[in-house]
Amino acid sequence: MDSYEIVVIGGGPAGMAAAVAAREAGVKKILLIERDRELGGILQQCIHNGFGLHHFKEDLTGPEFSERYIRRMEELDIPCRLDTTVLQITANREILYINAEEGVKTVTADAIVLAMGCRERSRGAVNIPGSRPAGVFTAGTAQRLINIEGYMVGKRIMMLGTGDIGLIMARRFTLEGAKVIAVLARKPYPGGLMRNVVQCLYDYDIPLMLRHTIVKILGKGRVTGVLVADTDENSRPIPGSEELYECDTVILSVGLIPENELSLSAGVKLDPHTGGPIVDESRQTSIPGIYACGNVVHVHDLVDFVVEESEIAGRGAAGFVLGCRKAGSGATGSITSGSGEPRPAPVQVLPGEGLKYVVPQRMRGNNGEDRLDLFLRVNRVYGRSYIEVKHGQDTLKRVKRLRLNPGEMERLRLNKGAMEKIDGSDLIVKAVEEDG
Amino acid sequence: MSGIDKEIICIVCPTGCRIRVSGTDREQLTVRGNECKRGEEYALKEITDPRRTLITTVRIDHAGLRRLPVRTNREIPKRSIFPCMEVINRVRVEAPVEIGQIIIPDILGTGADVVATRSMGRGTPADARCRSARTRDIASTS
Repeated sequence: MDSYEIVVIGGGPAGMAAAVAAREAGVKKILLIERDRELGGILQQCIHNGFGLHHFKEDLTGPEFSERYIRRMEELDIPCRLDTTVLQITANREILYINAEEGVKTVTADAIVLAMGCRERSRGAVNIPGSRPAGVFTAGTAQRLINIEGYMVGKRIMMLGTGDIGLIMARRFTLEGAKVIAVLARKPYPGGLMRNVVQCLYDYDIPLMLRHTIVKILGKGRVTGVLVADTDENSRPIPGSEELYECDTVILSVGLIPENELSLSAGVKLDPHTGGPIVDESRQTSIPGIYACGNVVHVHDLVDFVVEESEIAGRGAAGFVLGCRKAGSGATGSITSGSGEPRPAPVQVLPGEGLKYVVPQRMRGNNGEDRLDLFLRVNRVYGRSYIEVKHGQDTLKRVKRLRLNPGEMERLRLNKGAMEKIDGSDLIVKAVEEDG
Repeated sequence: MSGIDKEIICIVCPTGCRIRVSGTDREQLTVRGNECKRGEEYALKEITDPRRTLITTVRIDHAGLRRLPVRTNREIPKRSIFPCMEVINRVRVEAPVEIGQIIIPDILGTGADVVATRSMGRGTPADARCRSARTRDIASTS
């Protein structure tokens, strides 16, 4: 059986950044497995700009961003298997994959980095009644068809949901000559970044209809229209408010879900708030030697933060592997930490009042860095407010914000001084709106 | 000249200030509602000379994929977006293409070149792996 020091699953920005960071930390035998025909992941179809402003200090498009990492992968001679799908992984780090050349094959790894990303919620996930005609796509599928495969999806388009990909695609449809009738949001505020609402909808006079949803899709062979209803304060359709809109295409941009079937096959514990693995600050999951990063952990807004997180995971996995090497164990099957010592109980980082989630969810003091970045989302729109990290009675950190929006991920940095105060008790992070 | 009175949403930061720009003269506009200086600059620019980077694809022949993503290498006036799309839609390029390669120089006299945003080798649609061939070779020789 072939064995590797690190196997990375997924060749998008997260997987590539983790593999590159692990190689730079001194790991020799790495394999990256990607199911698509090329590296780059979803960035290859995200042809718009806005990537890399933090990481490269440049405004890059998705393909430009990913090509930089592909070149880095080549420079570092990191082997990849393309057109290869991982079917299963196990807690003792066996990876079962399949491709056309090798058939079904099992390899082992001292450490695994999970970087499978996320997938889109589909029509089935949002339960839209009606017939099942052609012409209903998720925004990402439409994006791939138009930008990569070269097929236009329709002429008169109704969009449900205001995720960033949907907003970007509304502009793209318009540039390619289609008419976007409207973009509907069930909630009273859009889900995507304000920047995208302004530059993709307002720039092209595309109506944004807040508090509306599709209650029925009409059409036999092809979509012919949709029934749109107003929604109440619980985002439910109001009976009697339905209106008919004629269209030939329905685009869904109704959210992303971390793709964790493989994580579950190994028994990795998931966080119900993020839908991704529970990780510590080195992005190690509940299973020693299995790390995770990028959208498989939680859905990010910016690829810059994905690669930042993935570098942490890559270094974490490298530390684990090099620890194994030092301890002289072949490591496969060992369930101790890299250094061979039992793992101390971690401190929990919990989402308190006002928060949807916080990542990482555990702290072990094992990332070898003297600061800790917490990534979080709030559960609703807040005006003038503050976010704070409580440790018992102590406030380790407090930052003020003019506005908080669930669509925009927030980052809080704990510095060395704050980190040193942390003993065995849990950290609670909360968002509080200030009066007036 | 009629007066200007427009509200725009600032996108410089996530605060999203509603900024009102008004005045009778383009040189003497009043900016209200912004919480910071960058918002004022953004608002004035949006009123007097709005510009955007145009990003789309062009048809590519003899590559593994059918579309090549392209961008303008600087911002173009917002009103030039659709005229530029018409020019871009008439273009067909031949693989191979290197990232950054100029596809259309100085499109419609805007001063911006339309450039490729990825490399694409020659290949047939059935074998769309050309771009990653090298990476793949590394895999099979390791």
